[in-house]
This record gives sequence, structure tokens and C-alpha cells, in this order.
Amino acid sequence: MNNLSVVGQRIPKLDAAEKATGRSRYIQDVTLPGMLYGKILYSKYAHARIVRIDTSRARKLEGVRAVLTGTDIPEIRMGVYKDNPPLKSGKVRSYRDEVAAVAAVDLKTAEEAIRLIEVTYEALPAVFDPETAMKKEAPLVHEAHKTNVLKMPWKLHYGDVEAARSEAAHIVEDRFSATWVTHCCLGTSGCIADFDHDNHLTVYSNTQIPSLAQKDFLGTLKALGLKDRRARVIKPCIGGGFGSKLDTYAYEHVAILLAFHARKPVKIQFDRKEEFIATSTRQPAIMNIVQGCDENGRLLFRDIRMILDNGAYTSWGATTPSVMMLPISSLYRVPNVRYEALCVYTNNTYAQAMRGYGNPQATFAIESAMDALAAKAGIDPVEFRRINANHGDEVTPQGFRITTCGLAGCIDKVAEALGGGKRKKGEGVGYASLVHVGGGARVYKSDGCGTLMKMNDYGQLDLFTGATDMGQGADTVIAQIVAEELGLHIEDIHVIHSDTDICPWDVGAHASRTTFVAGNSALGAARQLRSQIVKIASRVLDVDPQDIRLNDRMVISRQDPEKKIELGKLLRKSHFSPGGNMLMAEYFYDPDNENLGRDFKGNLSMTYTFGTHGARVRVDEETGKVEILRYVAAHDVGRAINPLLLEGQVYGGVMMGIGYALTEQVQLEKGEIMNPNFRDYKILTAKDTVPIAAPFLETTDAEGPYGAKGIGEPGCVPTAPAIANAIYDAVGVRIKDLPITPERVLAALKKKGGDDTCGIDPLTEKVYDCTS
Amino acid sequence: MDREIQFNLNGNETTVVIKDHWTLLHLLREELGLLGTKEGCGSGECGACTVMVDDLAVNACLYLAVEVDSKKVVTIEGLASADGELHPVQKAFVENGGIQCGFCSPGMIMSATALLKENATPEEDDIKHAIAGNICRCTGYVQIIDSIRKAARAEEGDTVRVVAWQDD
Repeated sequence: MNNLSVVGQRIPKLDAAEKATGRSRYIQDVTLPGMLYGKILYSKYAHARIVRIDTSRARKLEGVRAVLTGTDIPEIRMGVYKDNPPLKSGKVRSYRDEVAAVAAVDLKTAEEAIRLIEVTYEALPAVFDPETAMKKEAPLVHEAHKTNVLKMPWKLHYGDVEAARSEAAHIVEDRFSATWVTHCCLGTSGCIADFDHDNHLTVYSNTQIPSLAQKDFLGTLKALGLKDRRARVIKPCIGGGFGSKLDTYAYEHVAILLAFHARKPVKIQFDRKEEFIATSTRQPAIMNIVQGCDENGRLLFRDIRMILDNGAYTSWGATTPSVMMLPISSLYRVPNVRYEALCVYTNNTYAQAMRGYGNPQATFAIESAMDALAAKAGIDPVEFRRINANHGDEVTPQGFRITTCGLAGCIDKVAEALGGGKRKKGEGVGYASLVHVGGGARVYKSDGCGTLMKMNDYGQLDLFTGATDMGQGADTVIAQIVAEELGLHIEDIHVIHSDTDICPWDVGAHASRTTFVAGNSALGAARQLRSQIVKIASRVLDVDPQDIRLNDRMVISRQDPEKKIELGKLLRKSHFSPGGNMLMAEYFYDPDNENLGRDFKGNLSMTYTFGTHGARVRVDEETGKVEILRYVAAHDVGRAINPLLLEGQVYGGVMMGIGYALTEQVQLEKGEIMNPNFRDYKILTAKDTVPIAAPFLETTDAEGPYGAKGIGEPGCVPTAPAIANAIYDAVGVRIKDLPITPERVLAALKKKGGDDTCGIDPLTEKVYDCTS
Repeated sequence: MDREIQFNLNGNETTVVIKDHWTLLHLLREELGLLGTKEGCGSGECGACTVMVDDLAVNACLYLAVEVDSKKVVTIEGLASADGELHPVQKAFVENGGIQCGFCSPGMIMSATALLKENATPEEDDIKHAIAGNICRCTGYVQIIDSIRKAARAEEGDTVRVVAWQDD
């Protein structure tokens, strides 16, 4: 496998020149003839009864073509728990609740019409804290649900945690919290819905799940009485995903409803403020962890309880415990594990998938507690992690089959890069590792992806994949895999991934699965095409099929390299002769992984990605400011199909993770987002970049395409605990709540110094008792 | 109020009738159909709409169209040469992983181009300063800074990676 010519190369992203010249078309750039502009009216209250909606003035406004409220639309329920109608009726449960929508001939008219809609509310008592919401007397967010606790119990238990606890030589117990952060895709969300004369629907949407979105839209058609109609999803260029587009949102269904009523295409395009308030966040979590080891530093048990603020409705955030279980049970070897998570309705915004899908939250608690436990056991934190590191070729107690595992190598790489050198006052080094799904994740009944391909008479390939490229480079990686298999050049391959009428089914761009699953799918199709080529060439060149190799657009005999033919010439010969043929292939790859069972056990992924991050920081004890001096993120990637794009994933992930650790927070005040703009929501800029090294280990996983594992999410998984551990190493304070702001560091330093730290935390508004 | 303005747009003399309140971004995208310039926030916070006016990088969403009268405007569509050859900055972004989702890329490339016009041999801090107003969520800026450094050094044949990202 060392004689690879395309796989392993630093090939620029295939559409980079289109993007560099401004030619790529995003949803912002798409218009249709006769298109109307849709706008949504959001709630003015966190929790209120809708007494009356008067749309008469809006309807009379010139240029308005449709006005809808919750009572005008059929029963449509969005989300994993089916608790979220696209337009609300009866009552609102959060500030982002969609109350009414209009479609008009231009945006200005639509905005004016929204202003003319009069809604009378009767405010209801609201609840913004999940622990309060669990109390009996708390107001109910969904009365019909009878309780604010979702009937979605996440419980994993194996071994005997109580016995292990009584045997443990060292135990740490702590409480951590992670707050709301959001994706901040540079291209805001938007869609266009368009019905043809026969009520077949086309939706242009920047979704990460074309096939599942199609299914959701078919549901909306069915609700409209259009059960036998088709839904087509066309995906323009996506201006960033990071998980934000893994569900369908109200605006997509509202656009469909408006288009149906107006009989015209309707576009809804979010502005930046709407992007902040009406798309979802990362799942916040309150995490209680107890962890213990024996006198030699071997982990004996982990016992974790979490409470997740579900917000007012349920999207994928509520299912993040399924992925949190992965590090909880299998980051390092732990024989006894208990985990319980409750999702609780509140009148806050609701969470979605976001890069890492629960893993960054859980790993923050686990790896912070690992450091605390190492300290308690008197073992060096790096050594402590080596003692407990996972190994290849083993099955973890939750049933994950670890095939290859480069964790120990990653720990060594990072420790080597950061361990030495003199340490000045206020400087410290911290480490944290990760495990993540690296070979798909069977979240749905299928984890599959289809590929179709056809080759023209000149050896050029059109490849239709279900995969979604949103900038991560799926198009390029798939092309490299196929070029390698067929002896083509990268420019011979045209990857089409934009249209459900053309491309096969795929479950979506989530779980770092695309290189692995779509890559294997493309490889399967390429192998079929290859065998067709070989069959033809064997006849034309009069050589044994086994003897044929494809290289550099040529078909060549290994035994007798003089016997060769240019691929295009061979194909033309084959095509333009009696009984001629065209080269086409199809392949559907559904990995042999398992859904988690009722006991939440099962081999979720075909392989697992490991990594270790380390940070060297300087903490200013006067101001509490944390400066990252150096960051090293080592990953076991199986094989780097494209090191240029791989490094891009790691750098981007790490910077997103540093934002999560230090600066980012969607600030909610009684359910209302107070910082819906880039001035007040602190995403990192170029000036905040830190020196990052991203070394990788290649373990060449037998299941992966050319040995590759997924690497889309890991970059932002262990970032926060690595930094928190470095801060502890530097100044001896452990910050347990994200983000680690200067205020929090300073307060902790003062508390450590015995100064008065009572009062109100400016970020959480929690009151700290002056007597404790 | 309607007003006629004349300016040089990507090398072409252009006369248009505008309304006083139009932003340059509105003029480019909505009236002239130049969709390469992106709107990421509409309030000067993200830099996705950056274009060059008389060789200086400006946020087109904050810049009034009336202000470009008798000036020279270059957008992302006007950067490559007439035969399609990419501008060295575009080429460097393509080759060095400076582009992922690409939504920030036109603005980022315009900011970088304006920097190199002013300072052909920028230090790393100059580069960071020049693109501090351009937000990118995908790349973590690492390969963007790398791309700009390489664009600056392209003529010298320097292929060394940005010092900050190298292993010690």
C-alpha cells in the first residue's frame, strides 16, 4: 500500500478555485423566477398563552401573498421527540417560538407585514433552570407531557460500581458544567421551497442531511394532503455545517407551507441575528462525576449523573448522551461504569448536534476528573493516562470493538512536544485525550451511503455520492480514493453531491463518518468499475485479468508492460463496436456496525479514532487571563488520505474548541439571547490564533478506505479539559464551568488565596454564599 | 433620492443610478448581480463582504454606494486576470488549504490582497492584523495565514511553512 499515487497527497479541495473566485453559489445566491420572500414572527415571551393573533393589517398590505399562523396549518411535528410544530398555536414556550409567517414580493414588504401582525399574549410563569424544572411545583413547559423530564431515560450500567467504589484507594468527586455555544456558520441558514403544477416539491436548502430532510419534507407534504407527491432536495454550496444542519428546522417547513399557499416559490433567508436566536446550540450539561482508582493508578470505576437543559423542544441535543457514553465507558479502560442522564424541558432555546455531539461536554468532566484523580493518587498526569490507555484489538465493556488504537502513541507524542523546557511562574501544561467514532455510527437503522458512477469514452468519471460536502473536503477525499483505485488523475473525477433526484441515499454528514462510509461506498463502486475495465482490457490486450493494472490513465500488463492501452482508447473501442457497452457502477455501503441496544451496549462504529491534546498556558494572576503558548493535538487517523485537508480539520476543530474553553457563550437571560451578534458572542479571530501542531499517527485500520478513520470532530473534543488542566498546573485552580473566563479564573484565584469570593457570578448569576 | 454615479468596477467604467441609502453591498449583489461578495452579518462584524475601494479593504455592507463615485472598486470577481489565471493570493488560498466552506473566502482574499498591496512582505502579526475583521469558523485561520504568507513570498520562491505552526 505504499505505492500510492493519489491517496496521501496534499491535494487542494476540488472546489477551492470556484470558491476563491466567488463563483460558488450558496443559498444566499439562489433566486427563482417569481420568487417570494418569507419572514417569520417570533415570540415576545419565554412562556405565554397566545390569546389572539390579528393578521388583518398584514394581509391587506400591498405585495403580501400569504400569511400563516399556527391555526392555519396542518398537524406537523418536528424533531426526535415530535414535540415541535413549525408554527405554534395555543401557547409559546420560548423566545424562538415561531408564531406567524408571511410571504411577500420583496423582503421589505415581508418585514413590514411581520410588523403589522398583532399578537396578544398572556404571560405564564416560566422556568429557565433544569434543576428547578424537575421540581414538582415547577411550571410545565408541555402540559400534555405531564412532567418536564423527558421520557428518554439514558442509563448505562455495567460491572459493580458500588463494590468498586468501596475498594478504590483514591476517589474524586466533582460537579462540572458546560453552557450553550453555537455553530456560527459564516453562511446563515436559508431555503427555497417551490411546488410545480402537480404539487411536486423542490426544496433548496443548505442541509447536512439531504435524504433525511427529504423524508421530513415528504411528511409535510403528507400533512398537506399530498401523500403521493415527490420531494426533491437540492443542496447549494454550504457555508459551514458543524452539525447545525442535521435536523430540519421550522423555517424549512414554513417555507413549504407558504409556497403551497402562495403558489409561488418562497425563500426564507436568515439574517445573523436570526441565525443566533432561531437555530440551535450545543447541548448544555450539568455533570456530576465520581471516579476512582486503585493504589497503582488503575481506574476502577466511573459514576456519572447528568442533567441536560432540553429547552422548550427536542432536537438532537437530547440524544447527545448516546455519544457521551462513548468516552464515559471507553476513554481509558474502566471496568465498572454507571451513567444516567435526564433531559429536562425549560423555556430556554433548544440544542442540536454540534461537532463532537456531547463528547466535548463529557470529556471535559472526565479528563478534568482524571487530572484530579492523578493528583490524589500522586501519579504524574501523563503517566496516569499511560497506565489506563486503551489498546487495539479489544472490546470495551460497552461493546465497542477497538480495532486499531494509537492512543498510547498520541500521549507520547504530545508529552514529548510539551513536557520539556523550563517553566516560568504562572505557566503550566495540561493534557486530555479523546475517543470518538471513526468508522460511522449506527444512530439510525441504516448507516449507509450510496454511490453511482459512470465513465465516459475518455476515461472521465462522474461520481454521484450521497455524501454531503460542507467545506470539510468530502468531495476531494472521495475523488482521491476513486482515482487511486482506477489509476486516474484527480481532475478526471467529477463529484456530484447536491441533489436527491440524482444522488443516492445517505444518512447524513454527521459522526465524522463521511470519509469512512462514503469513502468505502465510493471504493466499492470503483472496484466494480475496475473489474469491468479489466474484463474488457483482458480481451483487447489478450492478457490474464489478474495481470492487469491501472495506472496513470493507462491499462497495462504487469508481465509484459509493452502490452498496454490508454484507458480512453480502450473505452471507445468497447463502446463503438457491436454489442458495445458503457461503464457504469453502483454500490451501497452499509457498515457492519450495531445500534446501541436497550442496555445501550453494542459496537456503534466500525473503528474508533483516538487522540491526545496538550496545551501550555500562561495565566496572568492579576487579571485571570489565560494565554495559550503552544497547543499540540495528536490523532490516530488510520491513514491520512489528504494531510492538507486533515490538518485543516484539526486546526479548525482546535480553534473551535479553544473558543468553547475560553470565550464562547450564548448568554441567555430568562430565556432571551442577549448576544445575538459577533460583537458580543466571542468567536475567536485571527488575532487569537495560537501555535498549533497537529501530528498524526497512521494505524491503517483494516476496515477504513485505504485504512482511514474519521477525523471531522475530534479536533474540538478534548480541548477544554486540556486547557483547564493546564490552568490547574499553572496556578493551582480548577475551573469547572465553561467558558473559563478571566472572571472565573480570578474568582478562583482569590478563593484559593483566602480572599472574599462571595457574591454573584457575573456569568451564571449564581449567588455564592459568603459564609461558606 | 436617485443619483447617478460613475466608478471603475473590476476594470470597467460603470455608470449606475443608485438610491442614496444603498450600501455598496446592495449595489453589487442586488443591482449588479455580483454575487461573489458575501453577506455574513450585515453589520461590519464578520468581513465576508470585504471589497477593495481604491486599494483599501472595506466592509461593503457598511460602505454607502454613493461613496464609490469616481473611485476604483475591485471585488472577488475582478481579481483573477482576464484569461482566468488566478491572482497569486487566490492561488495561495487554493493550494494551502485556506478555503473550506468558502463563505468567508472572498472577503478574506480581498483583505489579504489589500494588505499585500500596502505591504509586500508582511510579518505574521501584520497578516493577523489585516484579517482580524474577517471571521472564519472552519479553518481556525492557520492555513489562511499560511496562504497569505506564501502569497507574499511567492515571487521569492519561499515555500517554508509559517513558523508558528511548525514543531519545535
